[in-house]
Amino acid sequence: MYSEKTLNRFRKPKFSGEMKKADAVGEVGNFKCGDIMRIYLKVKNNIITDIKFKTYGCVAAIASTDMICELIKGKTIDEANKLTSKEVVKKLGDMPAVKIHCSVLGLNALKEAIGNYKKKHKKN
Amino acid sequence: MIYLDNAATTKVDSKVVKKMLPYFEKEFGNSSSIHERGLKAKEALENSRRIIANSINANPKEIYFTSGGTESNNLAIKGIAFASRDANKENNHIITTKIEHKCVMDACKWLETQGFRVTYLNVNQEGFIDLKQLEGSITKNTILVSVIHGNNEIGTIQDIEAIGKICKKHGVLFHSDACQSFTKTEINVVNQGVDLLTINAHKIHGPKGIGALYIKEGIKITPLNHGGGQERNIRSGTENVPGIVGFAEAVKIADKKNIPKMEKLRDELIDELLKIKGTKLNGPRNNRLCNNVNISFKGIEGEAIGGDLNDNGIASSTGSACAERNLDVSYVLTAIGCSHEEGNGSLRLSLSKYTTEKEIQTILKVMPKVVQRLRSISPYGKV
Repeated sequence: MYSEKTLNRFRKPKFSGEMKKADAVGEVGNFKCGDIMRIYLKVKNNIITDIKFKTYGCVAAIASTDMICELIKGKTIDEANKLTSKEVVKKLGDMPAVKIHCSVLGLNALKEAIGNYKKKHKKN
Repeated sequence: MIYLDNAATTKVDSKVVKKMLPYFEKEFGNSSSIHERGLKAKEALENSRRIIANSINANPKEIYFTSGGTESNNLAIKGIAFASRDANKENNHIITTKIEHKCVMDACKWLETQGFRVTYLNVNQEGFIDLKQLEGSITKNTILVSVIHGNNEIGTIQDIEAIGKICKKHGVLFHSDACQSFTKTEINVVNQGVDLLTINAHKIHGPKGIGALYIKEGIKITPLNHGGGQERNIRSGTENVPGIVGFAEAVKIADKKNIPKMEKLRDELIDELLKIKGTKLNGPRNNRLCNNVNISFKGIEGEAIGGDLNDNGIASSTGSACAERNLDVSYVLTAIGCSHEEGNGSLRLSLSKYTTEKEIQTILKVMPKVVQRLRSISPYGKV
């Protein structure tokens, strides 16, 4: 059902964990839909220098959030904001159709974090 | 692989396979044919029918072979619905429960689109129906009560004898889906007052694609399959002789001694898993299928638990929304009052006669590590 790449990400996520002094945090989802993603960002000069995630969800949910983290580390926040679910799924070597929404949800968490960062940044 | 998904399907016993094999290449005849080959097939068919009938205290002519549990349940419910309404158009009410197998649920939902009215009985936190609610739901238009005997997800075994009595008192037919409970707990259609009973082979170490419906003599049922008139006109289609022979052999070799053995391992698994923090047993402690364990883990999701267990060589199942095609939490878990978190964090482990103490020990070693790892990834993993 899952690609080897997806399974490997699920088995050994590289970016799971908390971040004590994050510059921004984004969280989406609920227990009803079965997925909750939280993304922590560290941003320096508009560049995402560090990223961590916590995910409550299935194999696809955990693997996609981890892949999202890898794809945006070192990117500017505007570049990160443009990441699409298609790119994430492609990097994971495809995914069952019903699981595509997991990658969308992960991206929503990222966008939420970026939105929060931008709001905070404007005020300062 | 430690296989703990026996509620989904079981390994076919090698004795069953051995019994079936001659009926593919040697005794391959059509049991309706009048020649030697046909007669041999007919003999095997009727002999099998006797074995299966005896196991539930039925008469052989009350056993109708079908393609499995789904077909038997559809035939029972739709067949009785149509036959009853044909007799009197006011006969249009069916009573079932909120924890039926999907095929009973969907057959009932479909009948609602055909002008029938269906009452779905509530269950309590352990999955038992309320007999008073059942009796109170029966009206003069009620034709059938269909209640699952042993629940496939949470293992609850309903008191079918008590249900049978109520149905008899009110002159309503009683059907029970006994796919999970067959050979795992006592079934006696006469003593328990069951009018129609669904059983199948692949849950009891027999082959897939073969099942039966017991229909008490004298009950009128409308067939769903029309054709050659096999199975006394109730289920047309050439009989699956190898499957039927295998089914009968699986029934014949089912040993009651395996029940307490499975119960012991089940209880050990439940007791030890509940020692992990943030866990909850779904379904009852007593009157539970001897092979069913269903536990919810806080803060983590069932499909991910299953993924990790699979990596550890353990086959399991979950009622999580993520594992369902429709992305909804199991309606059975919802019916017993599980929250979305509890439903999504549920794990079903179903044992068989082949499950060993050593396998249980391995799971008990692996499980805390799996839970801890997934909780360390989860934003709600601190319990």
